[in-house]
Amino acid sequence: MSVVTLAQVQLRDRSAGSCEQRNGFCPDWIADNWTNYVDPTVRHALLVALAVLFGFAIAFGLALLAHRRRVLVAPITAVTGVLYTIPSLALFLVLLPITGRGITTGVVALTAFTLLIIFRNIMLGLDNVPADARDAATGMGMTDRQVLWRVELPLAVPEIVAGLRVAATTTVGLAALAFFAGAGGLGGEIYSDLTFKSNIVVAGGLCLLLAGLFDALFVLIERLMTRWRRAVPA
Amino acid sequence: MAPGGARMSQFGDAIDFIFTSRESRTGGVQIGGSQMLDLLWKHLELSAVSIALAILVAVPLGLAIGHTGRGAFFAQFVANAGRAVPSLALIAFFVAYIGVGFTNVTLALVLLGIPPILGNTYVGVRQVDPDMVDAARGMGLTELQVLGRVELPLAVPTIFGGIRNSVINIVATATIAPLAGVVTLGDPIINASVYGDAGRLGAAIVVAVLAIASEIIFAALQRRVTPRGIRPERRRRMLRPSSRKVPVTP
Amino acid sequence: MSGSPTAHHRAATLEFRHASKRYPRATEAAIEDLSLEIPAGEICVLVGPSGCGKTTAMRMVNRMIEMSGGDILLDGRSISERRPAELRREIGYAIQQIGLFPHQTVADNIATVPRLLGWERDRIARRVDELLELTGLDPQEMRERYPAQLSGGQRQRIGVARALAADPPLMLMDEPFGAVDPINRERLQNEFLRLQAEIGKTIVFVTHDIDEAIKMGDRIAVLQKGGVLAQFATPADLLMTPASPFVEDFVGADRALKRLALQRVRDIDLWRAPIVRVGEPVHRARAAIADSDLPFPLLVDAESRPVGWLSERGLLGERVTPELRSRATPTVELDDILRDALSDLLTHETQYGPVVDAQGRIAGVLSVEVISHALAAPASEVPSPTERLE
Repeated sequence: MSVVTLAQVQLRDRSAGSCEQRNGFCPDWIADNWTNYVDPTVRHALLVALAVLFGFAIAFGLALLAHRRRVLVAPITAVTGVLYTIPSLALFLVLLPITGRGITTGVVALTAFTLLIIFRNIMLGLDNVPADARDAATGMGMTDRQVLWRVELPLAVPEIVAGLRVAATTTVGLAALAFFAGAGGLGGEIYSDLTFKSNIVVAGGLCLLLAGLFDALFVLIERLMTRWRRAVPA
Repeated sequence: MAPGGARMSQFGDAIDFIFTSRESRTGGVQIGGSQMLDLLWKHLELSAVSIALAILVAVPLGLAIGHTGRGAFFAQFVANAGRAVPSLALIAFFVAYIGVGFTNVTLALVLLGIPPILGNTYVGVRQVDPDMVDAARGMGLTELQVLGRVELPLAVPTIFGGIRNSVINIVATATIAPLAGVVTLGDPIINASVYGDAGRLGAAIVVAVLAIASEIIFAALQRRVTPRGIRPERRRRMLRPSSRKVPVTP
Repeated sequence: MSGSPTAHHRAATLEFRHASKRYPRATEAAIEDLSLEIPAGEICVLVGPSGCGKTTAMRMVNRMIEMSGGDILLDGRSISERRPAELRREIGYAIQQIGLFPHQTVADNIATVPRLLGWERDRIARRVDELLELTGLDPQEMRERYPAQLSGGQRQRIGVARALAADPPLMLMDEPFGAVDPINRERLQNEFLRLQAEIGKTIVFVTHDIDEAIKMGDRIAVLQKGGVLAQFATPADLLMTPASPFVEDFVGADRALKRLALQRVRDIDLWRAPIVRVGEPVHRARAAIADSDLPFPLLVDAESRPVGWLSERGLLGERVTPELRSRATPTVELDDILRDALSDLLTHETQYGPVVDAQGRIAGVLSVEVISHALAAPASEVPSPTERLE
């Protein structure tokens, strides 16, 4: 992935053909050049996947802590909230001196963004567990840990997956700016020729496609994990 | 020099850039210090106009859809899809197809800001207790009055949540407005060769602080407009989020 | 623990010994000083007005609420000696909202405690089927269903089945039939009593409904605010001799009538009816009348089934002729609950009703006077709930 200079807009190879020169929408050009987009797309998907994965791991750990000690909810929400609020571009740049250029900075920053959404949704899911199911579980002799893993978490799955869905689709958008930190992704493609319409459409379209794929993935996961919600009342 | 020291000095330089004016590397232009205020002002101007227009469009639309129930799919789709649109692509699209300029960027930002507000307005109206709406109609209120006197006030906290989210997005995206010719706080980032590394980092810090400040202000505003008795903690218990197709943005 | 799924665990005894519960910052104790001994194999109902502490007392037994003072002994052993989770696996727990796990099938729900105890899969499967049948449900149909697919009554039954799964020596039930409509509630109560007749567990049953308490309890503990024990007695004793104005009030002004719900017609002394048949010599008829408790002759057919009350004109000639004053209605059966029989008599605006057995043959005469005599009888003659359910 070449280093993008930020001072000038680099023109794409628009050598042959009048279509490019007219700067219209050129299917031919797309057919010829689509392979250029493969690597950035893969990198983009990787960034999102890693961010969501790490974000989930961290947020899950935080949620388990906060579930037992309610006092922790407010501070955790505040910290993850600040991370969420900071514009992605700003966070990428602030991290640059610390983690350097490259995919690490990208993943760290993107992970930080997902924390609030995922944490909040896990907490919401756990809070929405019906009180009588929890009471019955404890009363029948489950330890706190057993109640958590056998009753509360399974029942919180819809909320949790919903959070992951939102996190993933939002991160796809945010990852478009990751190239500013040298992390690659489709943003670099967009930025490399801002005025060429075909480029914008293809790169932007791929972003939306990725978002749609992640969305569908989580919908599928939710369906697989919650057969019990679709049980039709007899 | 130890790596840690180098990092700290970079931050030091950045802070310095924010507060002291100096001449640009390419010469002839004053950058840093008070010039930041100009950038900040432009940034705020762009954001304010955009959010105002977004509210003007999204809230009435969301109220109408929420109240009548027609176009629900549209509202849900816009809210969900809007999340996935990368801001860079949107700006680039407008630059490519419509060109540069304040108006064009504003348009792009308005489009970016509409989905969360539309989604939250729709959900906010939907979640008003139907019994209350029924009672209001039964008392003889017209549809418009039901909307204005019953549904809207009760939906305000949720709507505000959407506005809050849009503000963050707009402030963040205004950072890349220089790509479209509007010189905001993102200029040192986009044109780092003029401003230097210190400038780039300094601008990033200012943008971050600006975003956090906006968030705090709007969060306080949201608490203000929430009628006592529907404070967020209780509100959460009344919601059944998993049945919602439109996620309520924070 | 026995290996066979159908072997019954010995039922445990339960004792509250000066048990108390005080919440911090509360001016009064939730439970002041409760002492109670519950024999094994009995249903002990905790009943009282809301806020009296009956649910608190029940939840102290399985340490869902920790005692502030005193002790609770299960089979003589203090419950504080065991770890709460361990203790609870030996106590069946059925609550009002049932609390079935929505994400698990009926079979998985029932299997909860056996799984916690580490039973083998086969044993669990057999036990699940056994319990479904025991609670009147079809295992094939019900095993793989989810709670959302069940009706209210079915859910309640599964809740009870789940509480019974590990064959615990003690069961705690907090208004287990509360969330069901009255018709189904009665059915569930009857079925549960039948079940108890088979399994004979020690059961602590909490309810606010005095009628349910009287119906279900072998022994009833009436609690006042602060967990104060107002009376601990059998239903009959409670109705006959309430220990205080509070108990009297709580039981209700109609406690005499409530007692009638406890007995059947066969349980009381009936009047002998003067039985006469068509064609009988009149002098024999008159002798029968003199010999009976009632001056009105009852005409019966060849199979001794009552036809009607004979008028004087039937006794005018040499032999009895079928001149009826009135029909033999209402006809009360030996198996009828006394309260229903009285209600029958009152509905037909008559003082007397002939009583017949299962084959319809005359067995005696029931009257309002007979019933009030029965009310004056000592309580020991009243049968227990499970005996009542024949």
